[in-house]
Amino acid sequence: MENEDIVIRVRDLVKKFGQFVADDHLSFDVYKGEIFGFLGANGAGKTTAIRMLCGLLEPTSGELTVAGLDGFKQREAIKRRIGYMSQKFSLYEDLTVNENIRLFAGIYGIPTRIRKEKTEELLEKLELTSARKKLVRDLPLGWKQKLAFSLAIIHDPSIVFLDEPSGGVDPVTRRRFWDLIYEAAHEGITVFVTTHYMDEAEYCDRVAIMSAGKIVALDTPEALKKEWDATSMDGVFLKLARSNE
Amino acid sequence: MKILRYLLQKEFIQILRNKSMWPVIFVMPIVQMLILVNAATLELKKADVYIVDQDMSDASRQLVNKLEGNPFFNVTSITDADFNADDQLLHGKANVVLDVPQNFERDLKRNNSASLQLRVDAINGMAAELTWSYMNSLIRSYNNNIRANWMGISKFDPPQKIVVSQRYWYNPTLIYAFYMAPGVLVILVTLIGMFLSAVNLVREKEIGTMEQLNVTPIKKYQFIAAKMIPFLVIALLVLSFGLLIAKLVFNLPFRGNIFVLYGFTTVFLLGVMGLGLLISVVSDTQQQVFFVSYFFLLVFILMSGLFTPVESMPKWAQWLDHLNPLYYMMKVIRNVVLKGSGFFDLKYEFLSMLGYGVAMFSLAVMRYRKTA
Repeated sequence: MENEDIVIRVRDLVKKFGQFVADDHLSFDVYKGEIFGFLGANGAGKTTAIRMLCGLLEPTSGELTVAGLDGFKQREAIKRRIGYMSQKFSLYEDLTVNENIRLFAGIYGIPTRIRKEKTEELLEKLELTSARKKLVRDLPLGWKQKLAFSLAIIHDPSIVFLDEPSGGVDPVTRRRFWDLIYEAAHEGITVFVTTHYMDEAEYCDRVAIMSAGKIVALDTPEALKKEWDATSMDGVFLKLARSNE
Repeated sequence: MKILRYLLQKEFIQILRNKSMWPVIFVMPIVQMLILVNAATLELKKADVYIVDQDMSDASRQLVNKLEGNPFFNVTSITDADFNADDQLLHGKANVVLDVPQNFERDLKRNNSASLQLRVDAINGMAAELTWSYMNSLIRSYNNNIRANWMGISKFDPPQKIVVSQRYWYNPTLIYAFYMAPGVLVILVTLIGMFLSAVNLVREKEIGTMEQLNVTPIKKYQFIAAKMIPFLVIALLVLSFGLLIAKLVFNLPFRGNIFVLYGFTTVFLLGVMGLGLLISVVSDTQQQVFFVSYFFLLVFILMSGLFTPVESMPKWAQWLDHLNPLYYMMKVIRNVVLKGSGFFDLKYEFLSMLGYGVAMFSLAVMRYRKTA
């Protein structure tokens, strides 16, 4: 009955904080290998939603399946299969690049030999080989973000959740960051990303637009642009916002 | 268990790298040991005595001489009129006023009895009682002498007397530092263990790395244990350092087995650090952690028996003290260090502290939520 390729299945998912409804009956599917974007202004409920999907927040009601596991009962099992990077890109600033890699690889139970191979590979790809003994604190923001992303997928998860991953950097650095995301998606990792940057929304395979806790539109960027007769996602977003007022 | 190893490695690297913490860890024991052990004393060193001698006789002179010769008393002045004796007490210039009434010698010789008056400043009740009892025994001995001299007691009929001779066990010279130093060490390891681990945990919440760990398959007990073990090691190091200072500075004897002490301290720390971490997992900021931990610590320390004996507390307080881990540890360290008590002498304390530790660790693990 279930589609084999659905990796995240959400039905009528609700999260309330007291009287406040942060997420109001969300329903959507995310397919294997796609880059799924969650778009919306601050306070629209994106972060609350992504935190529920990662098992960081308990949903109030609804149905949630992540990587074939139940989002209510199997939260700890889900955590083995997913990666997560938040807007605070939570690396340890007082540890070196190497030490951060060792820690997170260790937590996910990657054997030492494989970890060493992966570390070399990763450092080379990120051009961080010469900075491996530097404290993360001393790296430029763009590098920190790339390292954080690489660590979020070091255990080859089936899904990686990115909560506003590239905040605070210029569009060029953001573009380079997205090269890493494409690469991961290419290797079969499903990417779930929240953002409020419209250029990032263009990079996604499909986009769900959130407003006041509800999903108000969900389609490919092309289809959305056609539907709302706009040349960019920015235009779509503006027209959508106006129609909802 | 492998995950725990990686977490511990991370904690130790971070602690060793944090240079600002090391002075605190080493300066704190020195300051506490040197200042607190010497300053926090209940011993009566010297009481200032103001004497109003209205008799000015041989007998009163002898009493004054006796007072002047006593190391506990410092005779500030001797006068023959009671004009400003009250002022002396009121302004804290004297702790005691001794009044020798007129005709003191005459009454003593004629009636075989005479009276003296003592006025003691009792703002500090404990010191007042001590002054009183020292003064009392001094006057009793004066009394015995005077009777022997004047009443002409025959050599063949010596006065019947029961002589009580004293021998103080475990601290024969009654050095107060021997009593205080082990107690101060307990406070020290408590502060180091409880605060450092609790603050360390809540800091991960504040900077957001906690969230990153929460999306990993880390087990809750692994996380709590990783926060506890490094500071347990540091606390035991500080204990060793403190014992060394106590040995070098106060010449504190160590009669027990040092490993027994380390064993007890570990079990004790499991409890206080567990409590600290429990406070930390339910708090969001360092401020909250400090405030709540400080509250517990203050009650624990004041009721621990460090300054005032637990036996003199009201019954309900003594009963309540069984929930105070410092109460057990205070007893344990003094017994191990000064009496040389072994494990089996203190098995009730051991089991109590172990139960406390297991309960606190479990509560901290249970209350730690990987969801916000």
